[in-house]
Amino acid sequence: MAKSEVKLLGAWPSPFVMRARIALNIKAVEYEFLQETLEPKSQLLLQSNPVYKKIPVLIHADKPICESLVIVQYIDDVWTSGPSILPSDPYDRAIHRFWAAYLDDKFYPTLRSIRAAQGEEARKALLEQLAEGIALLEEAFGKCSQGKAFFGGDGIGFLDIAFGCFLGLLRATEKMGGVKLLDEAKTPGLVKWADRFCADGAVKGVMPETEKLIEFAKVFMAKMRGAPAK
Amino acid sequence: MAEEVLLLGAWASPFTSRVELALKLKGVQYKYSDEDLNNKSPSLLQYNPIYKKVPVLVHNGKPIVESQVILEYIDETWQGYPLLPKDLYERAIARFWVKFIDDKCWPALQKVFIGEEKGREKAVEEAYEVLKFLEKELKEKRFFGGESIGMVDIAANIIGYWLGACEEATGVELLTREKFPKLSNWIDEFVSNSVIKENLPPRDKLVPFLRHRFGL
Repeated sequence: MAKSEVKLLGAWPSPFVMRARIALNIKAVEYEFLQETLEPKSQLLLQSNPVYKKIPVLIHADKPICESLVIVQYIDDVWTSGPSILPSDPYDRAIHRFWAAYLDDKFYPTLRSIRAAQGEEARKALLEQLAEGIALLEEAFGKCSQGKAFFGGDGIGFLDIAFGCFLGLLRATEKMGGVKLLDEAKTPGLVKWADRFCADGAVKGVMPETEKLIEFAKVFMAKMRGAPAK
Repeated sequence: MAEEVLLLGAWASPFTSRVELALKLKGVQYKYSDEDLNNKSPSLLQYNPIYKKVPVLVHNGKPIVESQVILEYIDETWQGYPLLPKDLYERAIARFWVKFIDDKCWPALQKVFIGEEKGREKAVEEAYEVLKFLEKELKEKRFFGGESIGMVDIAANIIGYWLGACEEATGVELLTREKFPKLSNWIDEFVSNSVIKENLPPRDKLVPFLRHRFGL
């Protein structure tokens, strides 16, 4: 398939874009990465994602697919010659999907709020919430991995992608906040998993460096402070 | 081994109804257990410790929660009636709209019917914006799934039935035939479908329940 047949519209700091890239890498799909400017949003973005106007957008043979987890499932459905991303057993698939939804509905909003939190009290409360979530995920890791390297078993799976994409942000939050979120004592499974995930061939090239993310977060926060009050 | 399918639900919940609909379309035999959400059973708390919500599908002792996750599970586990399209691109589109309904529609509708009166006009405008996307997506199709009901139609039950019940309960008019002709036609098709019809909570029970829920 010609490289131009598969395009991904995205931006380097986005964990959601990373999900799509990891999935494409796992399947060894050649694709064209289109860096989205976001300010202002490109015509291509507005046309291909009129509902949300957000990245990532996968464009396959000129047909757009939006929403990162929908994209990952699509990639898994279409490119069947590569390793499977979702588990084969329907119950295991349900477990992966459940936790992926938890990550998007509960975990990520909390993680993102920490950046904009006003005051120490608010920040502490959010960090506690996050820690509770991480504890749940440590337990889930034990159950899903069954002693193997990843949530998906021997290789990276759906839930690894759904969660692993946030590692950059987690590490940046740790550094900026002087806190430990993934802790050898409390979450030993996840600590080892995180290292394995980041070292994996499908992830290495697309995981942004923590320092770069911190820079990006600082710029973002400065913009937010400079922005007029809502 | 005899198959055991148990559904923990709440009769007035559209999310529970989605699961029942899917099971009925697939012809799956199941046991239904109604939960009093003000007094949650130990089973519910055990099966869904994180959210403590219904619906919960328990298949041979193993719980699955979150209606979207349950619908996918049902489609993958039981053959027969397909809930998702065969075409992989259409499948991704269907998943997109199911997510849209839960992420955007549901909160928008809640704001209209449960929100404060002073914010209502704005909430209605926002709901219109959301509904317009679905109106457009219907195109000339009978159902979101094409000729027959699919996963998007099932997920859109909040519009297909609950929206009308909320309008009746509150006196707030939202989805008019004039503004949303395609969605209005779809709603007619939805509620007159034989499988759906039998499995909706009775209107004369639901409307007073909603009124009470909204504190009216």
